[in-house]
Amino acid sequence: MAVMTMREALNQAMREEMQRDESVFLLGEEVAEYQGAYKVSKGLLEEFGGKRVIDSPITELGFAGLGVGAAMVGLRPVIEFMTFNFSILATDQIINSAAKMRYMSGGQFKIPIVFRGPNGSAFQVSSQHSQALESWYAHFPGLKVVMPSTPADAKGLLKSAIRDDDPVIFMEQERMYGIKGEVPEGEDFLVPLGVADVKREGKDATIIARSMTVPLALKAAEELEKQGVSVEVVDPRTIRPLDIETIINSVKKTNRVVIAEESHAFCGVAAEISAQIMERAFDYLDAPVLRVSGADVPMPYAKNLERLALPDVERIVKAVREVAYLD
Amino acid sequence: MRPRAKTNSPSGSAGVAEREEKDQIDADELREEHEHRKQEQRKHIEEVDNETLLRMLYQMILIRRFEEKAAEAYTLGKIGGFCHLYIGQEAVAVGTLSALRPDDYALTSYRDHGHALVMGISPDEVMAELFGKIGGCSKGKGGSMHLFDADKHFLGGHAIVGGQIPLATGIAFATKYRDTDQVTLCYFGEAAVNQGAFHESLNMAQLWKLPCIYVCENNQYGMGTSLARAMSQSNVAEKACSYDIASEFVDGMDVLAVRAATERAIERARTDYLPSLLEVRTYRFMGHSMSDPGHYRTRAEIERYQERDPIKVFGNSLREKNVLDDAGLKEIEDRVRAEVERAVKFADSSPEPAPEELYTDIYATPIKQ
Amino acid sequence: MATQVVMPKLSPTMEEGQLSRWLKKEGDKVTVGEPIAEVDTDKATMEAQALAEGVLRKILVPEGETVPLGAIIAIIGSPDEDISSLVSEASSGAAQTERKERIEDSAEGRAYGAPDEIASVAPGGERTQATVEGKPLKGDVGGAPSTRQSEAAEPSKPQPETKDQPTEADGNGRRAQGGRLIVSPIAARMAAEAGINLKSLSGTGPGGRIVKRDIESAMQGARQPKQEAPAQKAESRATQAPATQPSHAAQQQTETPRAFTQTVEGAAPYRDVPMTTMRATIARRLVTSIGPVPHFFLTTEIEMDKAAELRRQLNELDAETKVSINDLIIKVAAVALIRHPAVNSSFQEKAVRHYERADIGVAVAIEDGLITPVVRGANEKSVGQIAREVRDLAERARSRRLKPEDYTGATFSVSNLGMFGIDEFTAVINPPEAAILAVGAMTPKPVVRGGEVVVRQIMRVTMSCDHRVVDGATGAQFLQTFKKILENPLYLLA
Repeated sequence: MAVMTMREALNQAMREEMQRDESVFLLGEEVAEYQGAYKVSKGLLEEFGGKRVIDSPITELGFAGLGVGAAMVGLRPVIEFMTFNFSILATDQIINSAAKMRYMSGGQFKIPIVFRGPNGSAFQVSSQHSQALESWYAHFPGLKVVMPSTPADAKGLLKSAIRDDDPVIFMEQERMYGIKGEVPEGEDFLVPLGVADVKREGKDATIIARSMTVPLALKAAEELEKQGVSVEVVDPRTIRPLDIETIINSVKKTNRVVIAEESHAFCGVAAEISAQIMERAFDYLDAPVLRVSGADVPMPYAKNLERLALPDVERIVKAVREVAYLD
Repeated sequence: MRPRAKTNSPSGSAGVAEREEKDQIDADELREEHEHRKQEQRKHIEEVDNETLLRMLYQMILIRRFEEKAAEAYTLGKIGGFCHLYIGQEAVAVGTLSALRPDDYALTSYRDHGHALVMGISPDEVMAELFGKIGGCSKGKGGSMHLFDADKHFLGGHAIVGGQIPLATGIAFATKYRDTDQVTLCYFGEAAVNQGAFHESLNMAQLWKLPCIYVCENNQYGMGTSLARAMSQSNVAEKACSYDIASEFVDGMDVLAVRAATERAIERARTDYLPSLLEVRTYRFMGHSMSDPGHYRTRAEIERYQERDPIKVFGNSLREKNVLDDAGLKEIEDRVRAEVERAVKFADSSPEPAPEELYTDIYATPIKQ
Repeated sequence: MATQVVMPKLSPTMEEGQLSRWLKKEGDKVTVGEPIAEVDTDKATMEAQALAEGVLRKILVPEGETVPLGAIIAIIGSPDEDISSLVSEASSGAAQTERKERIEDSAEGRAYGAPDEIASVAPGGERTQATVEGKPLKGDVGGAPSTRQSEAAEPSKPQPETKDQPTEADGNGRRAQGGRLIVSPIAARMAAEAGINLKSLSGTGPGGRIVKRDIESAMQGARQPKQEAPAQKAESRATQAPATQPSHAAQQQTETPRAFTQTVEGAAPYRDVPMTTMRATIARRLVTSIGPVPHFFLTTEIEMDKAAELRRQLNELDAETKVSINDLIIKVAAVALIRHPAVNSSFQEKAVRHYERADIGVAVAIEDGLITPVVRGANEKSVGQIAREVRDLAERARSRRLKPEDYTGATFSVSNLGMFGIDEFTAVINPPEAAILAVGAMTPKPVVRGGEVVVRQIMRVTMSCDHRVVDGATGAQFLQTFKKILENPLYLLA
């Protein structure tokens, strides 16, 4: 297995899928000549040409809708948002067109489209460029929402997303593009959507983490192990469909849950997971489910404030100790 | 780029009094144009074979009678929600779509019954959809505003104003990506022109040379707001200049003029992958939707346009050319009436969607949730 | 600090409550969560619990009186505290009204204030019952329903709740606030499964929450009696063991019963044997199939010649006594009941109550109905005594001079319609008794004895049984004994 960065893994996934299927094309701002704002599409223009790797004007609503139209008639667009912050401009097409087309046409259309790009916090880019939007998209039936946390998952999940016949919101993380990890080779390596991954086994408490909070949770688990607490880390990997079974099984084992996320807690994904745990595993809980979420404020610019607004290892450790009744 | 047939004068924000005055100016203009149009029509009518002409008349009458029946069904409570009628605008759908090939695509807004019928969805299926029945073209899940038939390449009624414009652009993108010479017709009202989606789409279409024909059905009112009160520069066709797109202003009460303009746009699209913008001036005789009280326009205005009822005008032209006589018209009317009545019967008798339908058609690859 | 005890809101629609019975008297020690009074609401009789620790200083509402929600019914305080201001406040009408409104307005009050507070933590299911009830499992198996007794049993509790709680309550206030048990869902479930009374534990979680580890250590403690609790003697372990390990409950049934004095004047003493899982299941299932008391019926024919002869001889000995066949039946039934304690029992939700004495209810038809006066301890009384008592009771019944204790608390009933010429009938059980015997007329009938047809005095009896506590075979065995003795009354002396 090759060791590569998340960026390279994503690049490899797109490259392999474009080689495999002529109907796959990449469209977005700066994806072609600039080689991608975050270099995820590096080299693709050279390999596949301008017909399939297309620089878009800054016109999110327009090119998102264009992608959905192309998908309606059988192409498999990969639409890159330079960041998901800008996808807010395109939500009409993502939600009103992509998510609902199949249903309101009585099942006549497949919408095999992937909207991808970095989501969540970046480094000191302030409020409009540093936010996590997964709960927006996960809210709507008709969409699938994927959030990888390792290079291997990123590759396997993106390949599955491109092959999927439904609209997939594929959320990467800018801070994680440089994370390195082993990635299985070959076109056939796929990670199915809707299957959670137990990133670490434990018995005293479960941390449910996604995207950026997975490495934080794993660090927290190491720290807690030194303190005699055995922590399981579950990464759902896809928010919709959510592999609630794996989560519930872990809850039944450990009885204590902390959910770590970058997004705001209010009406968020952790709130949903927490509700489902309550509905399905209430009798297995030994403590209230705790959330470690981004602060309920727009992201500040100042470095110290930004740090305070984000979940960190310390806060996760503290939450686990709290649910385990150790403090 | 072809010059527009007629420029309508731009005006600023108009109060009620100013609007009355403007109506008067418009009326004068319309009379002035009348003769010109007649000549145009005589010219066009020679270019189209009789069979096609009669089919077009039949389709226009079908839409008219279907919509009248839909209005009746709406008042009887058989149709719920919104119901936007196409009465008065028949010449636009029939004129444009009569120029298409069967493998071309069309999309429109929520005022979609007429286009759906002309694209070949049976009146039965359209009426059943309006009634929310499983026999509807969208299985009763879309309703009046979301008629679809993938096989007939009718890709929908879309209910967010302007939402279909980027979609149509994407379909045109896909046909070009596949190197076919299919074209995509995209309809929208003049109010959609103020949406970003319109401008973003026209920009991309010309930038990437996409074979999409944008048909603005300018019925002069976005719900109750007249064009003059909503658009700083109310000449829609002229907007195309910003994107270097070919555009035409077309008389939407003249089905053959519409057809001719569409043919020119199709030619550009098929041979050069070039988009076009057609501003088709039309008029809806009914309210915006069934729940529209219509206080924003005068009865006199409506009557003035009804004198130029596209079906009447087209019928007269056909009589003039001896393509149609009373018996022929009656034959069409009878056929249409029977079809519409059958459609109501079909819609009435079609079952409601089964409760299980609630949870189908959400994902192509079903997920456990 | 002294605390006012108010008439609590015990049902969603309750506006006032009748204080039916004080379970504590002035000067008694009370702990948080301990029942101090019974209150008749519009729905049911419920227990009002102490929400503070201390001594019941003053009872302000006498038994039988109805007061509105929020009325102060008692004051709990330390033994020497001045409570005069609280007492005077209690009599202020304005304060009462305000309290009532506060309680009614507060959704919290509805959700958490009631003594069934655990139900709000974990609604439904066996867990809830186990934790709410607590009582049958409360380490006072073999204990008594009286407040005196539970107080006496206090030192034998597995954990010295009374000692721990004041500091805990003072420390965080949560437990003291509502007297509410705070328990994590899994802890509640584990406790229910293991039969641990949550009220016997002190939680180590925040605010005294009982959490998983508390149950684990309680289970550990039950298996290996803890060394650090030397005060807990063998007796306390014996009471704790069946509570924590339900499988032992069955064994407990076979142990020598320990009788306790009863609270109701004249009622039979009893011992509560914890409901086994199977018994609970049988009870639950049968109730859902037939009704509140699932009946089944057993009929047998009894040859009464010898019994009739005995009666005749007895009456010859003493003309005054006038023993009836029914008096004999009562005596024989009582004797048989003592030999078959399973029938001399009642269904008590979490326990089957076995009575140590056979108190026989005798159905007496009176002018506009029926009443069943009770012959107490019929097993120990002579037939003559029974005859006299029955006559006296029947007479007083007809003249409506029976006192409540004369007609309540039977352990078994006999109903005889023989005098009306009824050959056979079924009677409806008088809850909570487990059975009733319906006695038909004694008539001469041809029967086969030793290969020959002879005429015998035959009586048919049908016993109705509460299937929740009496199974077919149990009932049949009782009837067998009953028949054997009645057919040969000498067994009464054997």
